[in-house]
Amino acid sequence: MLDLSVIIAVSLVYLGLLFAVAWWGDQRADRGRSLIANPSTYALSMAVYCTTWTFYGSVGRAAVSGIGFLPVYLGPTLVMALGWFLLLKMIRIVKANRITSIADFISSRYGKSHRLGGLVTIIAVVGVIPYIALQLKAVSSSISLLLGYPDIVMPGRSATTSVAADISFYVALILAAFTIVFGTRHLDATERHEGMVAAIALESCVKLVSFTAVGVFVTYGMYNGFGDIFQRALDDPSLRQLLGAVPSGQGYTSWFSLLFLSAMALLFLPRQFQIAVVENVNEEHLRRAAWLFPLYLLLINLFVLPIALGGLLHFAGQGVDADTFVLTLPMALRHEGLVLLVFIGGLSAGTGMVIVETIALSTMVCNDLVMPLLLRSHKTLLDDSRDLSRLLLTIRRGAIALILLLGYLYFRLAGEAYALVAIGLISFSAVAQFAPALIGGMYWRGGTRGGAMAGLSAGFLVWAYTLLLPSFAKSGWLPADFLTQGLFGIDLLRPQQLFGLTGVDEISHCLFWSFFANIGAYVGVSLLRPPMVAEATQATVFVDALKDTGQRGAALWRGRARVGDLRDLVGRFLGPGRAQTAFAAFAKRHGAGSADEMEADARLVQFAESLLAGAIGSASARVMVASVAKEEPLSIEEVMNILDEASQLRSYSRELERKSRQLQAATTELQEANERLKELDRVKDDIMSSVTHELRTPLTSIRAFSELLHDDPKMHLADRQRFLGLVVSETERLTRLINQTLDLAKIESGRADWNGCELDLTEVIDRSVAATSQLFREKEAQVIVDLPENSPLILADRDRLIQVMLNLLSNAVKFLTPGSGEVRVRLRVLGEALEVSVADNGPGIRPEDQQLIFEKFRQVGDTMTAKPSGTGLGLPISRRIVEHFGGRLWVESAVGEGATFRFTLPLTSARQPLEAGPA
Amino acid sequence: MSKKILIADDEQNIVISIEFLLRREGFDVQVAGDGEEALAKVRGEKPDLVLLDVMMPKMNGFDVCQAVRADPDLSDTRILMLTAKGRDTEVSKGLGLGADGYMTKPFSTKELLAEVRKLLGM
Repeated sequence: MLDLSVIIAVSLVYLGLLFAVAWWGDQRADRGRSLIANPSTYALSMAVYCTTWTFYGSVGRAAVSGIGFLPVYLGPTLVMALGWFLLLKMIRIVKANRITSIADFISSRYGKSHRLGGLVTIIAVVGVIPYIALQLKAVSSSISLLLGYPDIVMPGRSATTSVAADISFYVALILAAFTIVFGTRHLDATERHEGMVAAIALESCVKLVSFTAVGVFVTYGMYNGFGDIFQRALDDPSLRQLLGAVPSGQGYTSWFSLLFLSAMALLFLPRQFQIAVVENVNEEHLRRAAWLFPLYLLLINLFVLPIALGGLLHFAGQGVDADTFVLTLPMALRHEGLVLLVFIGGLSAGTGMVIVETIALSTMVCNDLVMPLLLRSHKTLLDDSRDLSRLLLTIRRGAIALILLLGYLYFRLAGEAYALVAIGLISFSAVAQFAPALIGGMYWRGGTRGGAMAGLSAGFLVWAYTLLLPSFAKSGWLPADFLTQGLFGIDLLRPQQLFGLTGVDEISHCLFWSFFANIGAYVGVSLLRPPMVAEATQATVFVDALKDTGQRGAALWRGRARVGDLRDLVGRFLGPGRAQTAFAAFAKRHGAGSADEMEADARLVQFAESLLAGAIGSASARVMVASVAKEEPLSIEEVMNILDEASQLRSYSRELERKSRQLQAATTELQEANERLKELDRVKDDIMSSVTHELRTPLTSIRAFSELLHDDPKMHLADRQRFLGLVVSETERLTRLINQTLDLAKIESGRADWNGCELDLTEVIDRSVAATSQLFREKEAQVIVDLPENSPLILADRDRLIQVMLNLLSNAVKFLTPGSGEVRVRLRVLGEALEVSVADNGPGIRPEDQQLIFEKFRQVGDTMTAKPSGTGLGLPISRRIVEHFGGRLWVESAVGEGATFRFTLPLTSARQPLEAGPA
Repeated sequence: MSKKILIADDEQNIVISIEFLLRREGFDVQVAGDGEEALAKVRGEKPDLVLLDVMMPKMNGFDVCQAVRADPDLSDTRILMLTAKGRDTEVSKGLGLGADGYMTKPFSTKELLAEVRKLLGM
């Protein structure tokens, strides 16, 4: 059932669907409800990177070199992950200058040079034509394979060659027609094609679904999953070697070359530049594309190895080309539905590439090659007031047809000698030649038009000599001697062992020599003379693209023009209606009622030029605008002055920004310091207010007793002794109070001194109990100490822990009933901590007081007799000491049942730094 | 008949000193160690004058003062507040609650005696 009529019908229906989507996308765009204002659409459209090369060729490559198909996808992944800032800068520049293509970009950077734009266009067309040929080859092979169904007949083998060639000719014709209808229905000022982008995003989905379907079919339908396929491959001696193919030596060189080339291709292939840069509607979309696009690459590569291995196993010895496995495997199993799906997937991959590539190339050919020539040879075009928009469209349509025809020719000449991947790499190497002039132009102000011309030409010539011509030679169109003997029989000029460079693959060889020539010429010639006015102006616009928001271009134009002239000029290329609308919008933006009221100043001239640039390229636009606006040329000194002023202003403002940042930082620091001071002040106030109260109390007694003693010299000796004793003890209380207040203030403000050392808690307890033995003896109380044999050492401050123990012991003894008092001191090891408890059999503490006793100056005592003689600071200080070492101090008690104070010290505190407070 | 004075303070040494001072001057002196005891003794002993500390356990001096003033039977009781917090707000709070006098700790025994005599109309 897979005869020609079915294939044609399916293809046409599919192309019709694409066209419908594109038409719908354009309609939506016209109504301002963009279909592609969506980061996922953007990321998917970038997958136009995956052509038939990926769809059919990856499997072919994998069948020869195992994982050798991967670097071509790792390169773009690296660019998206690490080089996104390049894309971002390119997008900014393109938007600010209404650049329409990569040729326009480079020509604009080096002073809007016609020649440079033309050269880039030629390189792009010549370089990309093999790649287009590749798509024709893949699509036509797939058709001729289908025609052989149910037999599997390899196309390109003698008898069928003419058939395949005929098919590819018709494919080229149909694609040309389709692309013309698709991409050149009208002329857009910004050269953006929303409908096309939507259709391309759809095609990316179709490719992925179709390829994954084959992958699943082969992996799980023909075999029992990944494990099965790999196991069978390992069992086969010839395949085992393939799986073990790890790059080494020459392999590394070629991996590096492929990584580098594919990274450059993602940036500089005309269609990638078109999709990723020109068609970008929002630079925020880059964010999602940065992971979604690499994810797409990962997914579409997931089943490459299984299909390759499955094909090699299935067709072992049958001479089936591995490039066709994706299609021939379902064919061999008579799975017609899947066969058609694969065909559609391959068609998607091919048409997507051809459409975008030829549209991008036709724009370049029209704007940067044909228009400049027309402007030069037919001066009358300028004076004539005809509407030129139709002429532009005709040029573009012609260019599309011509490019596809050239693709067909290359296919006839060289296509049969190469595998899909090899053809693609020839194109990659060509567009990589744009890298020095383009990247250099975005970051180096010193690059000149001459440098760019020299670099591009040198790189292009070396590329043609080392890759393009050999591809002709290998297909017999040039004498084979050229390859083996070198040009004119000179050994050193052998194109793929140039100057004796051997031991690397042809791609790495070309990359090395072409970049050597390209970069050398670019930098060398650029350094010969300083940039001229136009170059310096554009260098600033490009290099500063990320920091500049102002319209520098406008500041660098001086002259006279008439609004009407400008509008008419723009109208001739864009159509009068569009020109009218654009000028009215511009007038409104700048606060004028209509365009006619406006002065034709630098801004308006700049605006008109950018409108034109969108249609005919920046170099031609400048020439056209110059024809109606009388520009008074600026001298290089004047331009430099303007640029200098601007750069001085920029450096002033940078300096100001820096100062203001410093000031802000200082202010923040001061604020923090101030907050801290305020906090300290509050703590101090708190303490002072409590302290004055606590100081006044003992002072009251001291003063009263002193006055009594003073006023009554004849007081009884017993009273006198008693009062003096009380004065002394109140004085001691005052001293203690002052010491502890200072101590607590230090701890709270973080300025306490902590002397850490490894210590044994049992020793601390023993010493504390010994020190308080006198107190216990006075109350006739007993101390029972219960310590373990061995207790782990901890890192803490010995004196501070003794202070805590003394406080707990003296508190305990204070409340004991004389005669029957008992205090138990216990140390236990609890997993990660040590716990010390001090239990008394005193009156106990009421639940509501159990928190209060840890507050400053809060003492709990019911009666005058029980009134403690402490300062009310002992427990708060103890708690802070324990907490400083990471532990906890609390009380457990019930009225009438005594009180137990416990504290823990974590064993991990041994590893904590003690310098919590400044030493 | 000597005047009866109640000293209400939780600081034992202050109580000892004032008690000694007032006994020497011939007053009939009672003591209380906290607010509740103070209020009970004011009701039971009906002293002519209460020396009332502000910061006491169980019931503070202000509350005792307020309770005494709320009791018509005790309208003759003079109240002299003693406090270690000498701020103006404390003084006016005490006087506002009906205290008859206010002394800030530490005070001179002579001034205390003079204030006591003044309040007792001696």
